[in-house]
Amino acid sequence: MYSAKGFLPKLLIGIVLAYLGVLIFLPIAAIVQGAFSKGIDALLEAFSDPTLWQAFVLSIELAIAAVIVNAIFGTIVAWVLVRQNFFGKGFFNALIDLPFVVSPVITGYMIILLFGRQGWLAPFVNAANVKIAFDVPGMLLVTVFVSLPFVVREVMPVLREIGTEPEQAAHTLGASGWRTFWRVTLPGIRWGLLYGISLTLARALGEFGGVLVAGGAVSGKTETATLFIYRAIEERQNIAAYGVALILAVISFVVLIGMEVLRKRTDLEVGS
Amino acid sequence: MSVRMETIAASPLAASKPVRQGSRVWGKWGLRVIALTYLTVMLLLPLAAVVTDGLSGGLGGLWSDISRPAAWAALVLTLWTAAVMTVINTVMGVLTAYVLVRYKFRGRSLVNALIDIPFAIPTLVTGLMLVLLYGPQTAVGSFLKNNFGWQIIFAPPGIILALLFVSFPFVVRTLQPVLMEIDIDQEDAARTLGASGWMTFRRVLLPAIAPAVITGALLSFARALGEFGSIIIVAGNFPLRSQTAAVYVLTQIESDSQRSASAMSVVLLAIAFCLVFVVDVIQRRQEQNHV
Repeated sequence: MYSAKGFLPKLLIGIVLAYLGVLIFLPIAAIVQGAFSKGIDALLEAFSDPTLWQAFVLSIELAIAAVIVNAIFGTIVAWVLVRQNFFGKGFFNALIDLPFVVSPVITGYMIILLFGRQGWLAPFVNAANVKIAFDVPGMLLVTVFVSLPFVVREVMPVLREIGTEPEQAAHTLGASGWRTFWRVTLPGIRWGLLYGISLTLARALGEFGGVLVAGGAVSGKTETATLFIYRAIEERQNIAAYGVALILAVISFVVLIGMEVLRKRTDLEVGS
Repeated sequence: MSVRMETIAASPLAASKPVRQGSRVWGKWGLRVIALTYLTVMLLLPLAAVVTDGLSGGLGGLWSDISRPAAWAALVLTLWTAAVMTVINTVMGVLTAYVLVRYKFRGRSLVNALIDIPFAIPTLVTGLMLVLLYGPQTAVGSFLKNNFGWQIIFAPPGIILALLFVSFPFVVRTLQPVLMEIDIDQEDAARTLGASGWMTFRRVLLPAIAPAVITGALLSFARALGEFGSIIIVAGNFPLRSQTAAVYVLTQIESDSQRSASAMSVVLLAIAFCLVFVVDVIQRRQEQNHV
């Protein structure tokens, strides 16, 4: 690493800092200023809206459910993709990244096409008498879809780094598969898994387009925190919109700091 | 002898505990079935539903849906704004990654942590921030409008700004580990031999980082094509003027025009598939080179 002496390094650092300042800092400052622009009383009054809290509760429920589903299945998928060889493995491996590039709107639309009135799976859904499209289960499917890659992508390199030897040693010593997982595999991947979980959490809390389409954004029923912001903007309740946006931004910031700590841990462990 | 040792290591206690070996095979297949079923149900099935619906009228039907003025305008707007963003994001991403990896300066680790902020902040909130900063009623927005005649919000510049924000980490984060691997001595050697800074960058650094740069650029482009939350706030929803492809899909769903919604979805998905495929090929080639 160079020390930043001389004209060119200082110029380059200056350009980068200025770019980050304009691109990231100024907008964040604007939302903080916006939320407090009418004073703290107006902000507190906006927060007394009961639908706002219902929206927050739904957001948190969806995010936790998505984290549980993706932590369990994501770990299994990562383990299978790293430890096993089978026909079509490359295809499934490439498939994992798709939720990163599929528009959330299209994700929500897929749920409608599958579970809506004339959907492929509509007969089964009707027979079981559950409602998926335009309701919370559909929103959960969207949330799981958009946040699916994170745990898989964070756990895979860690598993690869650890190698098969610890698991084989445990097996040789007579440990069952289940015991091997709890005592050997899980402790090895725990920081990578936690990092994946924080990314899943952040992504799930921020989901907007997909839950808008799949859930229909009915206030007090299928309205998440982001959907509340959208409605508040349209109804010109600016302070409420900025306030909720600020809370979500603060939550992301906290998750981000947690991620940074976790990343240092994973780097240390993988590095050693 | 070595062969026997390997066999023993690969299937320990195979002879003495046949029951356990059986449960192991069962576990192996069980996990594989769970993993592949999960991916098929969660990813493949929904994708198949959209693709089938979009292609139900054949390629001709798809074309007639996409070539309608509003659809075509939305697609063109999405592609060109994403392209402009990708160029800026690539240049600034390379510069940021280089500065963070090569230079020691105060606040370096803070800046490094902040790179991920766009991944963590909901994109809808990003859009709201930009409207608060550059909107027509704000100080900055009215200044730019009155002095330069630039309209940011509800216009393409706002779309590009939003895309720059949400995809900023892609190039930086793909490039950083690659730059860290490259020995600083190579750059020093080039410089000692009299190469200028620019020449060192072009001849020594660029060839080594090119695959990572292309990967990051393609990912940010692909990510930008589907962006919705920030765009609907920043650009609004004016057909033929500021309506992007993802917003177009939403309006078609809301007006019950399933065919046009599916058609645009298929086009966006096809572009995304191709980009992910190219990235996958580049990454595999990289891994092979490393081994």
